[in-house]
Amino acid sequence: MGVAEIFESMEYGPAPESDAPARDWLAKHGGAFGLFIGGTWAEAQSGEAFETVNPATGEVLARIAQAGAADIDAAVAAARRAQPGWNRLGGHGRARHLYALARLVQKHARLFAVLESMDNGKPLRESRDIDVPLAARHFYHHAGWAQLMENELRGYGPLGVAGQIIPWNFPLLMLAWKLAPALATGNTVILKPAEFTSLTALLFADLCREAGLPKGVVNIVTGDGRTGELVARHDGIDKIAFTGSTEVGRLVRAATAGSGKALTLELGGKSPFIVFDDADFDSAIEGLVDAIWFNQGEVCCAGSRLLVQEGVAEAFLAKLRGRMETLRVGDSLDKSVDIGAVVAPVQKERILELVARGVEDGAELWQPDAALPAHGCFVAPTLLTGVEPSAVVAQEEIFGPVLVSMTFRTPAEAVALANNTRYGLAASVWSENINLALDIAAQLRCGVVWVNATNLFDAAAGFGGCRASGFGREGGREGLFEYVRPDYAKTFRPYVPARRAVESGAVSKAAAPLDRTAKMYIGGKQARPDGGTSRAVLDPKGGLIAHVGDGNRKDIRNAVEAARAAESWGRTSGHLRAQILYYIAENLAARDGEFAGRIAAMTGAEGAAEVAASIRRLFSCAAWADKYDGAVHGVPLRGVAMAMREPAGVIGICCPEHLPLLGFVSLVAPAVAMGNRVVAVPSEIHPLAATDFYQVLDTSDVPGGVVNIVTGSRDALARTLADHDEVDSIWYVGTTEGGAAVERAAAGNLKRVWTNTGLQRDWFDPEQGEGEEFLRHATHVKNVWIPYGE
Amino acid sequence: MTTVTELHTGAAEPGRNPGLALDLDWIDSVRVNRSAVERRTATLPGRRTVKKDWQAAWLLKAITCIDLTTLAGDDTPGRVRRLCAKARQPVRSDILEALGAGGLSIRVGAVCVYHEMIATAVDALAGSGIPVAAVSTGFPAGQTPFQLKLREIELSVAAGAVEIDIVISRRHALTGNWQALYDEVRAFREACGAAHMKAILATGELGTLRDVGRASLVCMMAGADFIKTSTGKEPVNATLPVSLVMLRMIRAYRERTGHLVGFKPAGGISKAKDALVWLALMKEELGRPWLEPALFRFGASSLLGDIERQLSHCATGRYAAAHHQPMG
Repeated sequence: MGVAEIFESMEYGPAPESDAPARDWLAKHGGAFGLFIGGTWAEAQSGEAFETVNPATGEVLARIAQAGAADIDAAVAAARRAQPGWNRLGGHGRARHLYALARLVQKHARLFAVLESMDNGKPLRESRDIDVPLAARHFYHHAGWAQLMENELRGYGPLGVAGQIIPWNFPLLMLAWKLAPALATGNTVILKPAEFTSLTALLFADLCREAGLPKGVVNIVTGDGRTGELVARHDGIDKIAFTGSTEVGRLVRAATAGSGKALTLELGGKSPFIVFDDADFDSAIEGLVDAIWFNQGEVCCAGSRLLVQEGVAEAFLAKLRGRMETLRVGDSLDKSVDIGAVVAPVQKERILELVARGVEDGAELWQPDAALPAHGCFVAPTLLTGVEPSAVVAQEEIFGPVLVSMTFRTPAEAVALANNTRYGLAASVWSENINLALDIAAQLRCGVVWVNATNLFDAAAGFGGCRASGFGREGGREGLFEYVRPDYAKTFRPYVPARRAVESGAVSKAAAPLDRTAKMYIGGKQARPDGGTSRAVLDPKGGLIAHVGDGNRKDIRNAVEAARAAESWGRTSGHLRAQILYYIAENLAARDGEFAGRIAAMTGAEGAAEVAASIRRLFSCAAWADKYDGAVHGVPLRGVAMAMREPAGVIGICCPEHLPLLGFVSLVAPAVAMGNRVVAVPSEIHPLAATDFYQVLDTSDVPGGVVNIVTGSRDALARTLADHDEVDSIWYVGTTEGGAAVERAAAGNLKRVWTNTGLQRDWFDPEQGEGEEFLRHATHVKNVWIPYGE
Repeated sequence: MTTVTELHTGAAEPGRNPGLALDLDWIDSVRVNRSAVERRTATLPGRRTVKKDWQAAWLLKAITCIDLTTLAGDDTPGRVRRLCAKARQPVRSDILEALGAGGLSIRVGAVCVYHEMIATAVDALAGSGIPVAAVSTGFPAGQTPFQLKLREIELSVAAGAVEIDIVISRRHALTGNWQALYDEVRAFREACGAAHMKAILATGELGTLRDVGRASLVCMMAGADFIKTSTGKEPVNATLPVSLVMLRMIRAYRERTGHLVGFKPAGGISKAKDALVWLALMKEELGRPWLEPALFRFGASSLLGDIERQLSHCATGRYAAAHHQPMG
């Protein structure tokens, strides 16, 4: 086609980016890569390898080593050796290295971008303008955190060795999100890239050598899921950070259960994209392009569920179809392409199967006319309308360029539909009415909300979700805490279960003269155990003090139902919650002698100190109720990214046997202070302190359902709580095995778990018995991005 | 009325926009989110690019869409004749030949002058088919008496201008008096008669993108054949966000009425690279018909020189010197 013809057609024509630098780099490595362990390249000990392919062309790019058990052992050993030195280097020393890495990513920006697009299939425009600059930004930002750590994270130290398993959709960016905070805080790392997309991680390994990063600080082990499992299960690793599918996230949760490893999971999503009738429709449609056709829709936080107000839906969808006609699908290295290749044939098949399923379920399919490239893994941008929430395509993450659309009538219905998903990662809200937009943002159950925007990311703002989208945050101050532990944790001793008295058959001197049956406390009312059975509570000599209900699954079910129903507690003001906590303290103080006596009767220990400490603790929690503030992050935007702390939801709390009052109060009070509702299983052997306590709750204006108490076997009830899909979070203090069982069971709905990992803290010590650690577990951070400007 | 298909093949000129009764509900419903608009325009240059022959063809197209302009106090007949000569032959013929575009008739979209220079321009362009456009209605501030504005249009049309670039009274937009703005532009349109009318919004003085959108709609309802960003004399002239808002209004107007209205960004577009971005914006937002001078013009004085140098580079592979391109 000559200039004269183009002058008439005004087509764009090809605009290929050169792949020469990437090919040169691949050739330099002989087209084959080993593992990067201890600062040097090593062959996989098994000699096993696999091929990595350009999905846009089907061309084999390189052979990659498959790391096996011996290789992971070697990598962990290298990381372990390097960690003390890396930590001793200090904040400034680590900052210099991270700064060097940031600079190197920038210096090789084009090579990274081209290599990423070749390996993954994403358009060069995205790898060049989004992935690579954001990766560099993460290293810069966290160089800053390394520099500031000694002051800003005083009292915290690194976890040790982190195992990081990353997905194929943003290979370099996810590497940066994982490595930067881990390294900044003094951890060393074993990173496993996804087997479809190892190349940019291997290029990064080259840079680590170039930057003079100490050997063993970063180890990169390639391989498929088997390698990932070896990392997840390795005993020498202190922390697993996983980003990937919810399905694999469950396996990782189960694999790490009971290991004592810290865990963060950033999993799938089915994020709503909500358009109100007063939105700027043209801008909302561009937002949708960035939401669901960014990276071929292979984005965990893709705005894949369009919710549009019914009265304007038809007009909006017509505009959307018009916009879809101008999307260009093609080779990843063409600079004028909007949608590249999906990562692999298997992914393409999965997308097409789900689309077919959607059509079977009654959805109407629409795709633009433009032809797809004849070869390669391409999927046309797809709109499915007439989708009902019950359809598979409305519930399942498709991870492809497929948008499903539904309508709503009112703001309340928009929220209900938006939250009608097992996921909770991100959401977009489009309205020119700030009252409406912010009201909706507050009600969405997810970790990130973009107001009149979508898919904005920055190192200064935490990213992550709740529910089946996982837990933990990456980026921002909130993300740092995923890689550190408080120094006082070094003083924790092994958890030794309290001594259990053997029933002597005698009646305790402490028993009430008239039979008083301690009941359970559910929904603000005393409740008899569902099973109609009781447990004996003994004094240290085995004398019977009283009976308590022996709770079972149904009691937990009832308690969780009551807790769910008390949802409005989360919307009360911190001031009100503080007042109620002070009131509880006041009422407890009024009965301090009685509680001290009860504790002494059950435990044989002096009880007054424990009551006094419990009152202090209630004061501390009341004090925090209106002070655990969020933040406004310094993101590069005319606008704000507000990190709002929200209650975790319904928390199941399993208390230690010891310190029956202080243990109970120390766990329940911070949860309640932050707006959570609680189902508490008190000390299994000394439950009367907690059952007496419900009378204090009753007289302190605590709304029914906020605190529920179920007595019985801690580990059996813990298991039911961990299994329960309506419990958002579970805290367990008990044995290593008990904690492991909870962690395994929690894989079901991927609830957050906080266990004592078989250790015992000093509950009397205010440093470790209260404060930020508790508040962090009681809340999650929702980042609400609000660009502004008229 | 002309169909989009006909326009696409260049078979027809668009029919004129007859306008419609002022629709205040429509005006009220305009929503523009500035941050989102800016995001779109900030990413567009990274999303679309043209290379090699495609770049050359697009640059030639850009030339045909230029309103080659001189609007200075020191304009003289000599200056205007030189500009008109350049308008007739905007690219050296050896460059066109080298590009394989010798067969294309490349000339600018129009020559744009003040009223006093119309006669000179008409004379200098005789037989070329290049229209003469005149700025009018108290350009650039628009603060002359309304009756004089109408008279100015009539005189310019009588002098041979076939395109009239009017300026709106910004105060009407700034005070939300859309009826007054509508009446004013309606009257201008009637005064133009057969001459095509371009309505200059002076967006740099409108304050908000929403008002840019609303004023765009009012001018189209009042019968503007083109809407134009700026006079080139405001502190901020054609920007991509302002252009995007105006294009979206043109699209909405077409969707609702079927009428095709043209767009003219003016002021500050001086680089070939910028021209390509604007063309891509037109193609993305409005489609192929808006890549023709019938529906798209650049208001520019120095843009042509830069495009010519780029074309020389396309043709020869060497970077060109400004003094190798004949002055306009």
